[in-house]
Amino acid sequence: MSNAPFSLQGRVALVTGGTGAIGSAIVAEFLSAGAQVAFTGRRPELQVPSEVDGGVYLRGDSREDGAVKAAVAEVVARFGRFDILVNNAGVARDALLLRTNDELWAEMMETNLRGVFLFCREATRHLLKAREAGRIINISSIVAERGNAGQAAYAASKAGILGLTRALARELGSRGITVNAVAPGFIDSPMTARSIDAQGRADLELEIPLRRMGRCEDVAHMVRFLASPEAGYVTGQVLRVNGGLQV
Amino acid sequence: MSKHEIASEDKIAARVIETIAAQLELSRKEVQPEATFTEDLKADSLAVMELLLALEDTFDVQASDEEIDQMRTVQDAVQFVERQLAS
Ligand SMILES: NC(=O)c1ccc[n+]([C@@H]2O[C@H](COP(=O)([O-])OP(=O)(O)OC[C@H]3O[C@@H](n4cnc5c(N)ncnc54)[C@H](OP(=O)(O)O)[C@@H]3O)[C@@H](O)[C@H]2O)c1
Repeated sequence: MSNAPFSLQGRVALVTGGTGAIGSAIVAEFLSAGAQVAFTGRRPELQVPSEVDGGVYLRGDSREDGAVKAAVAEVVARFGRFDILVNNAGVARDALLLRTNDELWAEMMETNLRGVFLFCREATRHLLKAREAGRIINISSIVAERGNAGQAAYAASKAGILGLTRALARELGSRGITVNAVAPGFIDSPMTARSIDAQGRADLELEIPLRRMGRCEDVAHMVRFLASPEAGYVTGQVLRVNGGLQV
Repeated sequence: MSKHEIASEDKIAARVIETIAAQLELSRKEVQPEATFTEDLKADSLAVMELLLALEDTFDVQASDEEIDQMRTVQDAVQFVERQLAS
């Protein structure tokens, strides 16, 4: 089986925010690719979707250093190695700039950017040992590059991820570790439903060359590709999964 | 210092040197006490970091940022491990 394309057989992965819409699709995709997978989130165990059955749930908040350290240590203790980190946990709260209070700004930065930094720092000591198998995949967003009215804080946090990704690609490249970002466009998910109404959605779909919103699986397929041995020569890139909305 | 302590210190030094040699892919002979990591042993800053991680794992010790900054030579690394193990 390990000769199958894009196989993750024998690889150990941690997906943050694996309880959410896109995260659970990534966990399911990794499991079907043969990886051993752990994932984080904050919700109680009972509210974890069934797609991720087979993965190990490590409940914890990405904003807390202790929880990040514990999650990474648990992966290594359980599986004996650490190859793939997917930083997917994120929150989006919309507000016009003049309504963006310090608390909202801090929440976006803490979860979407500092949480990613904490996981990268903690995982890297193990990824260095994984060498050529080592992968960091950070989930950014189309709004990092395109901007979006009402999402100043969110867009800034997601653009920060791109800088972090590029710097780490250069820093860790000599050890064979690749670091990339995936920038989803508008994905059919509760997060998008919260900020776009039915009319907005219809207008948006007309603007997208492929005429539909993305599916969580569309993102998960790209993440699997980046995690696979076949993507070993791809690093420091932003892979855009947006139906052509940004070309 | 008793004979026993001297022997165990030598042993630690030998294991530190062994770890450094393995990590930097050098022969043990090349890892002289006065050798500096960056100039003499041609380790880049990330390689020094990896070396520290290897020492931390091998000896179950923890280096502070300050100690990392001060570690320039093989002897510094040996002394760091000895200090940590003694405390
Ligand atoms: N949906 C889209 O259209 C879209 C577009 C572009 C980018 N993205 C990005 O894709 C990622 C996933 O989004 P999604 O649509 O799947 O959203 P979602 O369904 O709301 O999932 C978000 C995930 O992040 C976790 N999370 C949030 N804050 C956390 C914290 N402080 N500590 C630990 N986990 C935390 C959540 O865990 P709990 O729920 O268990 O707390 C959940 O698993 C996000 O980074 C998002 O910004 C989404």
